[in-house]
Amino acid sequence: MGVQVVLPGVLADLAGGTRHLEVDPGGGTLAELLDTLAAVHPLLGRRIRDEAGALRRFVNVYVDGDDVRYAGGLGTAVPDGAVVQVLPSVAGG
Amino acid sequence: MTDLLAIGTRKGLWLARSDDDRRTWSLDEPHLLAQEVAAVSIDTRRPTPRVLAGIQYGHWGPTVMWSDDLGASWQETDSGAIRFPEDTGAALARVWQLRPDSADRPDVVWAGCEPHSLWRSTDGGCSFDLVRGLWDHPHRPTWEPGGGGGAVHTVLPDTASDRVTVAMSTGGVYVSEDGRTGWTPRNSGISAVFLPEPPPEYGQCVHKVAVDAAGPDRMYAQNHFGVFRTDDAGRAWTSIAEGLPADFGFPIVASPSTPGTAWVVPLVADMQRVPPEGRLRVHRTRDAGETWTALGTGLPDDFWAAVMRDGFCADEARPTGLYVGTRDGCVYASADEGDTFALVADHLPDVLVVRAARID
Repeated sequence: MGVQVVLPGVLADLAGGTRHLEVDPGGGTLAELLDTLAAVHPLLGRRIRDEAGALRRFVNVYVDGDDVRYAGGLGTAVPDGAVVQVLPSVAGG
Repeated sequence: MTDLLAIGTRKGLWLARSDDDRRTWSLDEPHLLAQEVAAVSIDTRRPTPRVLAGIQYGHWGPTVMWSDDLGASWQETDSGAIRFPEDTGAALARVWQLRPDSADRPDVVWAGCEPHSLWRSTDGGCSFDLVRGLWDHPHRPTWEPGGGGGAVHTVLPDTASDRVTVAMSTGGVYVSEDGRTGWTPRNSGISAVFLPEPPPEYGQCVHKVAVDAAGPDRMYAQNHFGVFRTDDAGRAWTSIAEGLPADFGFPIVASPSTPGTAWVVPLVADMQRVPPEGRLRVHRTRDAGETWTALGTGLPDDFWAAVMRDGFCADEARPTGLYVGTRDGCVYASADEGDTFALVADHLPDVLVVRAARID
């Protein structure tokens, strides 16, 4: 079944031109899911996390609608069938 | 002949070209639009010039990109050209400086970054290695971030030896004779008005350092208050600010060909970062800072913006060309060492960096 990853349009080019990816949930945490994603799409992985593995400051990730910063962070469980959405936060100028 | 001017701004990169010995310039459409371009270099040591850009992808983080076709296409390394090793626990925050080494080291490019770090590439800027000798320096935990962030913002490789001089905010000037190890602070004589007297061995907020054409031992520094010169590779610095209307500012540029010639763009003070009397003026010395002359032909009055530390540069043509990019999005160029300036671009985003080179 896998996990559906939904990307903002601005990142679609880094995922082969699509905003929707089916990804194996791996070990079941968000960190492991993002590792899997980055192994296939390294540039996409770098846009979401820095080289120390942290989510970039102005990138928000939701697992089934919940902001992971207020859940388990990168340790948030991502079960089979979950929807993981990546969104840019309100920032810039 | 063609001269290329790269203009990095808070929201993209512009390239301007001149085919008439820098009398007139034409501006391209923007490159890397909406990305902050805080560092840029034009590497002319290659068969085709390479434009390197240190960018901040807005929400998506910093990286280094390059173009070998003058901006028609851009590349980046999948894993990131600059990546802190895992054991450091650090992450790249911003690329502040990209500096090609000498012609006889054609693939070596240096990068100065935030957090305070120096990087060396041996593949033309596609990938960099952290210079551990500086990262592991016992002083590093006490280097404070300046208002703009804690970064190595100036990298000066010596063309005739392995010596590398760096400057950082706020740590001051450090020198390594092999570019890797033995980094020694060289700030004696440089003031630090934000610290109790006497000035410390290190911790100064040196804004920019430039090497005189006479040789690597003579350098100039624009400090956070104070303009200084050293004649012994930084072991001792003396003030050369007398004759300037203010000793605050960010950039300092030395002539690549004429010993003793350098330029600054004074601002009133740290709490008043505007030019004296609201007039954008470049000040030039022909005698290594003993005297200064204000240059304003073609530069604006009623000007209340500033020039950032890399918003001012010289080319290597004769006579030396100067390029001044301002925080209100204007770029002024001089083909006569500052005697006269002409507007190259206006209404751009804040200019963070300018670099110029003759490309054929």
